[in-house]
Amino acid sequence: MNTVPRLIDQGPVAIRVSNVWKSYEDGAIPVLNGIDLQVEAGQSVALCGPSGCGKSTLLHLVGGLDLPDSGTVAVNGVEVNRYRDMVRFMRHEVGFVFQLHNLIPDLTMEENCLLPAMAAGVDRLSAQHRLRQLAERTGLQDRMRHSIQKLSGGERQRTAICRALMNRPGILLADEPTGSLDERTSAAIFELLMDLADREGVTLLMATHDSSLAAACDRIIEMHDGRIRANG
Amino acid sequence: MIFLRLVLVNLLRHRIRSLISIAGVAFSVAAMLTVISILGGAIGMFSGILSSGAQVIVFERNVSDLFFSDVPTSAATEISMWSSVAHADPVLFGVVSSSDHPIITCFGVTAEDARVRGATWLAGNPDQFGREGADVVLGERAAEFLGTTIGNLVPIGHGNFHVIGIVKTKNGFEDGGVFMPLAEAQKFFHKDGSSVITVKLRNKDDAAAFKNSIRTRFPSLIALEDAEFSRSYSQFKILKATAWAVGGCGLALGGLGVANTMIMSVFTRIREIAILRVNGFSNGQIAATIFAEAAAVAATGALAGLVLGCFALYTLKLIPALHGYVDVSIHPLPMAIVVLLALITGIAGALYPAAHAMRIRAVEALRFE
Repeated sequence: MNTVPRLIDQGPVAIRVSNVWKSYEDGAIPVLNGIDLQVEAGQSVALCGPSGCGKSTLLHLVGGLDLPDSGTVAVNGVEVNRYRDMVRFMRHEVGFVFQLHNLIPDLTMEENCLLPAMAAGVDRLSAQHRLRQLAERTGLQDRMRHSIQKLSGGERQRTAICRALMNRPGILLADEPTGSLDERTSAAIFELLMDLADREGVTLLMATHDSSLAAACDRIIEMHDGRIRANG
Repeated sequence: MIFLRLVLVNLLRHRIRSLISIAGVAFSVAAMLTVISILGGAIGMFSGILSSGAQVIVFERNVSDLFFSDVPTSAATEISMWSSVAHADPVLFGVVSSSDHPIITCFGVTAEDARVRGATWLAGNPDQFGREGADVVLGERAAEFLGTTIGNLVPIGHGNFHVIGIVKTKNGFEDGGVFMPLAEAQKFFHKDGSSVITVKLRNKDDAAAFKNSIRTRFPSLIALEDAEFSRSYSQFKILKATAWAVGGCGLALGGLGVANTMIMSVFTRIREIAILRVNGFSNGQIAATIFAEAAAVAATGALAGLVLGCFALYTLKLIPALHGYVDVSIHPLPMAIVVLLALITGIAGALYPAAHAMRIRAVEALRFE
């Protein structure tokens, strides 16, 4: 395996997906069938489509959690599946927000958010300063010492957003971030996500079923059966 | 700090499981410590019986067990006349039995022997010892379990012996033994000589010269200083090896307990490990949390085991029947070795779970759980 990072380009393109194919069970379950996609830095892009159309898989490939069978995924000009140091990539280049918040229930909000900083070896003072900044922006400044189990669904998802942004990633990948929330909380979380993405200058790639939320994004990409049906 | 919280959180989340694992290590450490200490004490006491204040032990070369050693009486007589020797005491060891007690240690000694002279006489007169052939002196515990007292006839082996004294010694083996005049013991055990000669030198710096003299004058005999004897006597080596082997098995079981706990720990939080990976944890960092958990369990268990082991030893010491057998003077080195072994086995128990945790692919764990 070639471990030397290959520079694709230096332009404003944050994510470039070229002819990506992905299947499971040794090809028995095709998921992505020749995806081509380009997202410019700072854009917010909604990936829409029915369940099983490949939205989450595409996010996983962009985030370096999985590798394509063929094709290339490049983030900030560097091919992800050839990335020399995937751990570094995941620490600094991308942040994930999932439908289920995926927080560690026995830790506090503060401890959960500091995990990426700890993994990256960020000094404690800087990490706490950054966390306070994010907590204020997400309205969680009074919840920092609270156990995750004592937070509401919305607060948990806001915590997950804080955690995803801790190491100032260039790209935020959100997989149905409001999927498990009620309509009102969902709208609030989405608004927060968009606001933070804008303030932090983050490129947002978000999988969602909610067309009203998708409509608020800069672009909407419709997927169906592992293909891009409409690229707006 | 967060790293420690991650480690502790998981242990506290499954308190019972963690406690069982800690208890496993604790019992292993306590068992190892107790076995080593008791056997160490027993070896120390046996050495004490052999030397009894002497510096050098002389016995037959190349015997696997001192019970098989036969040192000619003439050698003892000659050695006792050497100028460097303060006194040389021939001692014949034997094992006798009575109707209810299959094993009673018998010491065939001369009337001048320090074992008899230096003991606390609870009944009888030391000057009487050795005057009549069939007279014996019993250790305090031997008198107790044989249910006899001074003046009685006691059946030992194929003969009946007249009890002329009861003594208390600092040594558990001697306290449970029978002292016979050397000549009577030689007759009883059909031996011409003795098992060993314990030698007290006028100047202990002469030990090397004395050993050389023995090698030259009596090639079939060997002379060893006390510490040298304790190190090299094959029976002691076997006992020590047995103690460490038994203790090691205990520790291995403790290690398996930790391994089981850690396997459960990893398998029940695959999603959590996947979350750590998504948040940028490297393989090393993930493995470190698993090893740290195992180390915390092993260290807590080892400390609890030390306390438990010491408590068990002190309790054993309080049992009158074991008086003198249990050595509670636990030395720092064996303690350190036991704790180190517990930590190593505990951490080794985390090898497979850590390897498994490192193989967890975040995408699969998050997709299917």
